[in-house]
Amino acid sequence: MISSIVFGVLLIGAFGFFSWNVLKVRNNIRLGRDIDRNDKKSERIKIMTLVALGQKKMFTRPVPALLHLMIYGAFMLTQVELIEIFIDGLSGSHRFFKEALGGFYTFVISFIEVLSLLALVATIVFLSRRNLIKVPRLVMSEMKGWPKMDANMILFMELVLVTCIFTMNGADEVMHLAATGESYGFAVSSTLGPLLFDGMSVDSLHILERIGWWGHILMVFAFMNYLPYSKHFHIFLAFPNTFYSNLEKKGKFTNMESVTNEVKLMMDPTADPFAAPPEGATEPQRFGAKDVTDLTWKNLMDSYTCTECGRCTSSCPANITGKLLSPRKIMMDTRDRLEEVGENRWKHGKDYDDGKSLLGDYITEEELWACTSCNACVQECPVNIDPLSIIIDLRRYLVMEESKVPTELTGMLTNIENNGAPWQFSPTDRLNWANED
Amino acid sequence: MSLVVPTMAEKMAKGEVPDILFWVGCSGSFDDRAKKITKALVKILNNCNVDFAVLGAEESCTGDPAKRAGNEFTFQMQAMMNIQVLDGYEVKKIVTACPHCFNTLKNEYPELGGKYEVIHHTQLIQELINQGQLVIKDGGVFKGKKITFHDPCYLGRANDVYEAPRSLIEKLDSELVEMKRCKTKGLCCGAGGAQMFKEAEKGNKEINIERTEEALELQPDIIATGCPFCNTMMTDGVKNFEKEGSVQVLDVAELIATAADL
Repeated sequence: MISSIVFGVLLIGAFGFFSWNVLKVRNNIRLGRDIDRNDKKSERIKIMTLVALGQKKMFTRPVPALLHLMIYGAFMLTQVELIEIFIDGLSGSHRFFKEALGGFYTFVISFIEVLSLLALVATIVFLSRRNLIKVPRLVMSEMKGWPKMDANMILFMELVLVTCIFTMNGADEVMHLAATGESYGFAVSSTLGPLLFDGMSVDSLHILERIGWWGHILMVFAFMNYLPYSKHFHIFLAFPNTFYSNLEKKGKFTNMESVTNEVKLMMDPTADPFAAPPEGATEPQRFGAKDVTDLTWKNLMDSYTCTECGRCTSSCPANITGKLLSPRKIMMDTRDRLEEVGENRWKHGKDYDDGKSLLGDYITEEELWACTSCNACVQECPVNIDPLSIIIDLRRYLVMEESKVPTELTGMLTNIENNGAPWQFSPTDRLNWANED
Repeated sequence: MSLVVPTMAEKMAKGEVPDILFWVGCSGSFDDRAKKITKALVKILNNCNVDFAVLGAEESCTGDPAKRAGNEFTFQMQAMMNIQVLDGYEVKKIVTACPHCFNTLKNEYPELGGKYEVIHHTQLIQELINQGQLVIKDGGVFKGKKITFHDPCYLGRANDVYEAPRSLIEKLDSELVEMKRCKTKGLCCGAGGAQMFKEAEKGNKEINIERTEEALELQPDIIATGCPFCNTMMTDGVKNFEKEGSVQVLDVAELIATAADL
């Protein structure tokens, strides 16, 4: 009875705190500028199904993709087990569905056990890829400190989750055998249980089984509530993030309408330069982005979706050749700054200015000017994050609001304005090639 | 054979509207190496009697490097002026040998009012061959040569054109060998995003060296590209390794024009 009440309180607490944190993330994402990504719903659903659910883009690197699939499969499918855990926890029953489902129950639990075993193997390999083999993209400079700890924490939690399942089922198997002479017939624990726990007293087994049961469900609650603080939040956001993917060609950069209006005015001989803005016209927005609130909500969702796998950075030509730019760091900086801005608004009200900004305090000009806009990072991302659009928006701010342009580029821009080519050639010479030998 | 290069103005004076505008681009107009690509394409167009014209002195930078550098003002000024010119000549279809012009005209002009059908020259040449207007006998001089194709970012990833240039190389009876990083995984030459016009940021290697190294590992006779900027970067890379005697960097249009003996 008491345990049922304790369980109920924990259940409500866990879901309540999780929802509160999810709302916080949602509010932060909504600090971004508006863009419309609600068109072409069926195409969007298709992309979400292929890329998020089907993990299509993961498989360009088959080894990590397979290992990831082992954990993903376990995560997606073993959740059915929670239904029984919730019922058992609230009502005090034991294996609520066993009687009713019979052989199918044995199959389902066995299926869960096999998936969990595969996940266990993958988790151990992942831990060694990060800590022993040290795969380059997982140990780069931006991964030091908290990001490294975060990744290891998640993997450790997964280890605990799986260990608890096998402890619970294994101890239960031995007890069941002793009491009825019959095995549950579960795929893993019916072998593993007797192997580990044979000969233990019923009391010890019972305690072990409870430790497994409570350990598992407490870890589920802890894991769930850790997610919004972690890079691991991608397990949820991968779905909306791929749904709201950019459907245009990757080479197409956004058109800045605020600029279009001004250019049209400049080119219109009848325009009155002193005319008052039309009624209801909104304050002209800043050109480009200086801080996270100048970015679009999709850029911000991207930052929360990033799980810091580093496929972008490992394919970035600038990063490969030793430049400061790392697209992954662009995403991590965006998220860190957004969390900071959200926290400030929460503590000091929405007009609070901490004097800091994404550009300058987090991302430097040197990083931005190293980008070749080649779209490799965008192509590589398994959850369709677009670091390039952030880089370009920050460049736009630098160039159009602060006139901070590398000297050689100033020359190039002047040439385009003066003679219609990035080099100093006379426009009248454009067709000379046709008459040269 | 001398080149026949009519301008839109000349065509208009005769009351004609050509089927397609050849957008030469700044590189194709002014850069000595890129001019050869321009001429190779014109040879192909002339040979196939394609009804085309160029803008000549009326052409101006698409604004691509300005936009990539973050200067949307300069970009849109260029775009709007070019759109006025293009619409003045009632242009419907454009071919260009520069993937940067291609991308900008195709993807970024429509929102500013400039709506045209834009194709890359490798796509046009592919069409001409498929329609039987251009015939390459026995692969020509490139028969048996080892050729690798470097994907220009603004043609490949930016616009998903991977097959047109490769299908042309396959027409040469040569051996097309792929670099490990090809097609969607192609590595940039280092020139995009306005990098062509500035020194690279501090690092431990130039991007074009990294890319050329990868190409040279295949021991090709020819590194083929479809972009004047990639061409410059790869040519510089080959010179860096002192391989210019044994490895040529050529545009696909040059390969085809030479193979067809034009």
